[in-house]
Amino acid sequence: MTLLERDPHAPPTWQGSVPVTNRYTFGLAGDRFFRAIKEQGRILGTHCNNCMHTYVPAATFCERCLNQLDDWIDVGTVGEIVTYTLLSVNYDGSSRTSPELVAFIRLGDGGLIHRIEEVNSEHVFIGMQVEAVFRPPAERQGSILDIAYFKPYP
Amino acid sequence: MSKRKVAVVGAGMTRFVRRAQETGKELSWQAVRMALESCEMTMDDIEAVCLGTAPDAFDGVHMKGEYLSDGAGAWRKPYMRSYVGGGTGVFVPIQAWYHIASGLFDVCLVVAEEKMSSYYPHAQAAFLTIFDHTTERPLKPNLLWIFALEMNRYMHTYGISKADIAQVAVKNKRNAADHPCALLGDKNITVEDVLNSEVLAWPVNRLDVSPVTDGAVALVLAAEHVAKRITDKPVWIEGVGWSLDTAHWTNRDLAYPRYVEYAARMAYEMAGIKEPRKEIHIVEPYDPFDYKELHHLEGLLLADRGQAPQLVADGVTSRNGDMPVCPSGGLLGVGNPIAAAGLMKIAELFWQLRGEAGARQVPGHPKRGLAQAWGDLMQVGTVVIMGR
Amino acid sequence: MTVKIKNFPGTSLSEQDIADGKVFSLHDTMRADFGWDTGVAVGRYLAALKEGMILGARCRHCRKTVVPPRQVCEWCYRPMSDYVPLQDTGIVNTFSLCYVTWDVQRIKEPEIPAVIEIDGASPLHGILHKLGEIDPKEVRIGMRVKAVWKPTAERLGAITDILYFRPILEGQP
Repeated sequence: MTLLERDPHAPPTWQGSVPVTNRYTFGLAGDRFFRAIKEQGRILGTHCNNCMHTYVPAATFCERCLNQLDDWIDVGTVGEIVTYTLLSVNYDGSSRTSPELVAFIRLGDGGLIHRIEEVNSEHVFIGMQVEAVFRPPAERQGSILDIAYFKPYP
Repeated sequence: MSKRKVAVVGAGMTRFVRRAQETGKELSWQAVRMALESCEMTMDDIEAVCLGTAPDAFDGVHMKGEYLSDGAGAWRKPYMRSYVGGGTGVFVPIQAWYHIASGLFDVCLVVAEEKMSSYYPHAQAAFLTIFDHTTERPLKPNLLWIFALEMNRYMHTYGISKADIAQVAVKNKRNAADHPCALLGDKNITVEDVLNSEVLAWPVNRLDVSPVTDGAVALVLAAEHVAKRITDKPVWIEGVGWSLDTAHWTNRDLAYPRYVEYAARMAYEMAGIKEPRKEIHIVEPYDPFDYKELHHLEGLLLADRGQAPQLVADGVTSRNGDMPVCPSGGLLGVGNPIAAAGLMKIAELFWQLRGEAGARQVPGHPKRGLAQAWGDLMQVGTVVIMGR
Repeated sequence: MTVKIKNFPGTSLSEQDIADGKVFSLHDTMRADFGWDTGVAVGRYLAALKEGMILGARCRHCRKTVVPPRQVCEWCYRPMSDYVPLQDTGIVNTFSLCYVTWDVQRIKEPEIPAVIEIDGASPLHGILHKLGEIDPKEVRIGMRVKAVWKPTAERLGAITDILYFRPILEGQP
């Protein structure tokens, strides 16, 4: 048999998986950012006076000038939609019964990716003002999901 | 081939801890900030950034190079991430070296970061992927196997005992007691402590191994004309070398790391070194396990084969000896955040050769040092030689 | 410089800090399932294991026989010219007694991984496998060992078609 011929009895593929489980800490700024969401229902950013830039989610340092950021600001819970999309399939490829609206919402000079609800998809537009809807305090865990979704504002 | 002279002009590092609250980005930023402050430079002075970090699986973030780029100061700058397993920490400064030696850039930032604690419950399980997926993983191997198998072969080939090897762990952990960032420094540890520690995979005991660690290190490299303006004590990179052996690790001699020798020869030739044992004053070989320091000293041609343990027994490798080895405390004492560990050794040589290593200072005004790292499936050797 | 700095950055956390909720944490698992192509050379190797044979490959130019087989000789970069059936016996090149599993669980009876130089391959060329049917205290480098195979019907074409290698005792083949 020549070198390049495949042996018909050889198993063609080897099945396996790579086990990766992680436990992430949120970092110095991340911890304070999520604590504010959980305990106070507030969204915070950090402001760099050198670059005049407010980071949301809050960051420990300015990536533009590497200064430490100690200026914490409440950026409110209302922002405008920078861009959005309608998801018709789940991430594993299976179909959804109803499409999900996901948007990038401007807060400070950054923003959050989140779901948009309580609105018909035809009425959503770039530039639209939306407001965060928080879960009841008892249900919050210090997670981005402590915000249930964003809805049209006012 | 004309290469410009390149010097290390600044260095910084975080403490090496078992688990850090900081994210990988924050660790990188802390090290970078310290490195810049140490030579009074800002991000505006930095022209390019080279970052080294080991498998994405540890931090649990895909495309870790991009993820860490903001903490590494790479915003809107030319940026490259390299990864050669444990060899990364000494490879990434080589990458930055040729960025500058080629004439393309004048000032380059080098960063190495690792956050192994993110891998849950224990980072060791991630190393399962290092083995061949079809011919080895079905045996459910773990990383300890490779080291234990190599250590046993080394011991058997030269008739070296565990007690001989344990001396290295004792030396390094005692040295590390003087390092402010160390995780496992211990002024009072003895050979008995090491031999009596829990057997993990004979002949490897718990105290023969360096721990899972989080940490980051950063350096600033500059071309000659810039270096001379910034500091009156630049530390020049005089030689670099790197080499790779076969990934079929069961098909080569485990008792001798010839890939380290090839990398070392490349570096010695570039530095014009003819008698390394006389011309190298400080050695920082990679020591994730205590026997590796001995193994690597032989591969670096600084000891005859099988004779490295004698150098340790004779006190030659202690800080006051003729050829200090791991005055920093090495990985065994300071910690082993895979990529940052190698760069820590380069930072150590930087401080030692400038006389700034405090309690760890090697006496006698050392002029030349060598740092070496090793990794992948025990097959990559990376070497950097630095001098004043 | 290390002399002048008193405080190095980096905040250490303990398991208790996380258990007490002093800091937030998030668990996540990555799904990474693969169907790897075995490749031509390893495919032949696995097929041979199913037949109860260990296969190597030989480079005539370098006069080297390697195991597992591969398509290209690493030394001279020519195609490996021949597949060579090897013995299922060999010598223990190195071994370890491992009391910890891959996911850091302690076990009482050690596993005995070893590199076994296979008879028929070039010196120092072998495979990773485990030893069995032996008291851990009796294992020595240089021992002669022989593969113990799964019954034919149970073989899949995998390295685990060999259960382990056992010592060859006096008088045994």
